Amino acid sequence: MELLLSILLIIVKSLAILVVGLVLIAYYILVDRKVWAAVQLRRGPNVVGPWGLWQSFADMIKFLVKEPIIPDGANKGVFLIAPLVTATLALAAWAVIPVNDGWAVANLNVGVLYIFAISSLGVYGIIMGGWASNSKYPFLAALRSAAQMVSYEVSIGFVIITVLLCAGSLNLNDIVRAQDTKLGLFGWYWLPLFPMFVIFFISALAETNRPPFDLVEAESELVAGFMVEYSASQYLLFMLGEYVAIVTMCALMTVLFFGGWLPPLNIAPFTWVPGVIWFVLKVSWFFFLFAMVKAFVPRYRYDQLMRLGWKVFLPISLVAVVVVAGVLQFVVHVGQ
Amino acid sequence: MQIASAAKSLLLKEFVAAFFLSFRYLLKPKATLNYPHEKNPQSPRYRGEHALRRYPNGEERCIACKLCEAICPAQAITIEAAPRGNDGTRRTTRYDIDMTKCIYCGFCQEACPVDAIVEGPNSEFATETREELFFDKQRLLDNGAIWEREIARNIAADAPYR
Repeated sequence: MELLLSILLIIVKSLAILVVGLVLIAYYILVDRKVWAAVQLRRGPNVVGPWGLWQSFADMIKFLVKEPIIPDGANKGVFLIAPLVTATLALAAWAVIPVNDGWAVANLNVGVLYIFAISSLGVYGIIMGGWASNSKYPFLAALRSAAQMVSYEVSIGFVIITVLLCAGSLNLNDIVRAQDTKLGLFGWYWLPLFPMFVIFFISALAETNRPPFDLVEAESELVAGFMVEYSASQYLLFMLGEYVAIVTMCALMTVLFFGGWLPPLNIAPFTWVPGVIWFVLKVSWFFFLFAMVKAFVPRYRYDQLMRLGWKVFLPISLVAVVVVAGVLQFVVHVGQ
Repeated sequence: MQIASAAKSLLLKEFVAAFFLSFRYLLKPKATLNYPHEKNPQSPRYRGEHALRRYPNGEERCIACKLCEAICPAQAITIEAAPRGNDGTRRTTRYDIDMTKCIYCGFCQEACPVDAIVEGPNSEFATETREELFFDKQRLLDNGAIWEREIARNIAADAPYR
């Protein structure tokens, strides 16, 4: 009975975060398109429903009722599993993200490691899709994406280490609680670790194959990259996985650097607002930044991408780990 | 010098500036027209769908001089003429425009001595089949009946410049 209840609770929690999360992502996709359009003085989708609010749902229905095409030369099994892998892994990362104090499906003590592992696995979906398509563009895109995601994961890893050093915990809940100081907004880690925050933001763009690092699906050179041969619901799953991964990165930035569910100031009107609202607001702000970057930064060349990852971010974050560790050690010594 | 440029790129100076620039654009009014609901203003000289006009008393203007057929650079116009049964005046028995050939140059309108064939203000006459774009005399006269007010107004508005 006890076991059954706890299993039921987990299922309900997972369903809640999936449903709310997916609806939110449907609107994030709309916001992405609207922001992109607005910067280019266009209107963006505005026909389906008021201000185009049903656009994402109309798109979803379109993708679901279209005929899925499997190319003749494709490896059928892998071809069909690849989008599933991408979407499932992207959604699985949400299991440990605390949307409010203790509101996570799984309160893992190694939450950061879990997210890191899951997002690293995400590259397999892309490689599988690119390889199984048995076509030139997808294959090239898959090769690019493997190199790109691996290079930026290294610097993301070091950035996360600096945060872990400051928070002293791998649990995402505890990382947020460690940022809960009297300073409010200015006690969050974005201020003391500002360079790391910037590196994390840029690496997150690269990690999720967002412009300006969208070499994987560069429309003008690789048509649509690893998704060229995909259509209908398989394509939908890839797109979904991509956007979920983007929102996960936004959430991770919120948790690591922007104080998760904490209000910006620990005074009356701010503390009345529930933590979930603050969390969603912060995630939305980062998503807006992602959308803006897409609108104004031109795409990087492949060698520039690799140079930035290995010769700029990696040394900076490596030095930062040493410096942060040193400063913390020094402060602790002085404190004693 | 190198240090200065390195500092500039490390501080993401250009990216921050670009962010604020594009944010200003984000708030600007949109350049896009909401097409079927909003339309651009149209010149009286606009060359759209063809129409054959009639005089106010209902008599058709065309006298079958075939100048339009002769000048048409795309040879889209086909005219056959004969004396009309009731009064023996020269009239067209056939007046066809192949709208798939027409290049909307407006020469037919310029050539016409009686302002019979004109290009009206309408540009929304897309069809589902190719055959529907082979306009015959009846279709052109019907267009004239539908668009006469706009066509007359446009000709009047443009008259001082001709």
